[in-house]
Amino acid sequence: MGSVTSPAPLEIERTESAEEVFAVPESDVPWITLVHNDPVNLMSYVTYVFQAYFGYSKDKATKLMLDVHHKGRAVVSTGTREEMERDVQAMHGYGLWATLQQDRK
Amino acid sequence: MSGHFEPLPGGGATVALDDVEISIIRSLAVQLMELIGPGPAAEASGDPLAELFAEGPSEPPADPVLRRLFPDAYGGPEEPASAKDAEQRRAHSAEFRRFTENDLRAGKRENALAVIRSLDGLTAAGRGGAVLELSAEESRQWLGALNDLRLAIGSRLEIGEEEDTDLLFRLPDEDPRKPMVMAYLWLGGLQETLVSTLMP
Repeated sequence: MGSVTSPAPLEIERTESAEEVFAVPESDVPWITLVHNDPVNLMSYVTYVFQAYFGYSKDKATKLMLDVHHKGRAVVSTGTREEMERDVQAMHGYGLWATLQQDRK
Repeated sequence: MSGHFEPLPGGGATVALDDVEISIIRSLAVQLMELIGPGPAAEASGDPLAELFAEGPSEPPADPVLRRLFPDAYGGPEEPASAKDAEQRRAHSAEFRRFTENDLRAGKRENALAVIRSLDGLTAAGRGGAVLELSAEESRQWLGALNDLRLAIGSRLEIGEEEDTDLLFRLPDEDPRKPMVMAYLWLGGLQETLVSTLMP
């Protein structure tokens, strides 16, 4: 066969030990605020809220609003649990449907 | 019914409203305040500290409109992964509710009250109408109240999907929901034009 290029060697090590080493402690996983789609809130209003409350640019706020509209939800902020509870409370104040959760990907 | 907001130079917004429109908005805002309720101050027997330390409820409201205005903070539309997950969501949402719902209710009451006050402060501009002028701060309160009113009506009309809105647009005139749908759409136009006056 001679000099055929060989494919990259397959990873054959068991990965369990690596996962144990790199596992992030539960408390260090960041929290996220999600805004969910709802057919009542106006697209312009949702964009306005993202700009007014988070201080996002018009482009970023519009992109997040479109994600909410088309994908059903968008991550609008990331941080500690306390910070995300504050953001969720603010979103509920504006009438947006928001929840928080730990960002398990 | 028409009516759209225009920006005022230097901030704020203005809209011309006729008597019927004024009475519809006012009546809806009063109903919203009644639904949201008086808050803990009413039962606090004159003790100003009692209100500060009053805890909110831990259970979601039974009324669907209030459940929409004060949703659970943990757990969205997806089903919980397990019974343990469901229980944890419930417990965290209950705790969040105890510490936030009174403040949220107060904020929504204040917005509705601001709407009622500004309508009551209107002086007739002839021909059974008036021109409403809002400061920037009042505009933000109106915006919140208009959104809450639309959420409330949308919830009563059971608008849960985009398609529901399309169906409501095509209701026959004799449908009993028709007046509420007309109010919903009209408030949407008011809100849309008010947002555009506030856009940075």
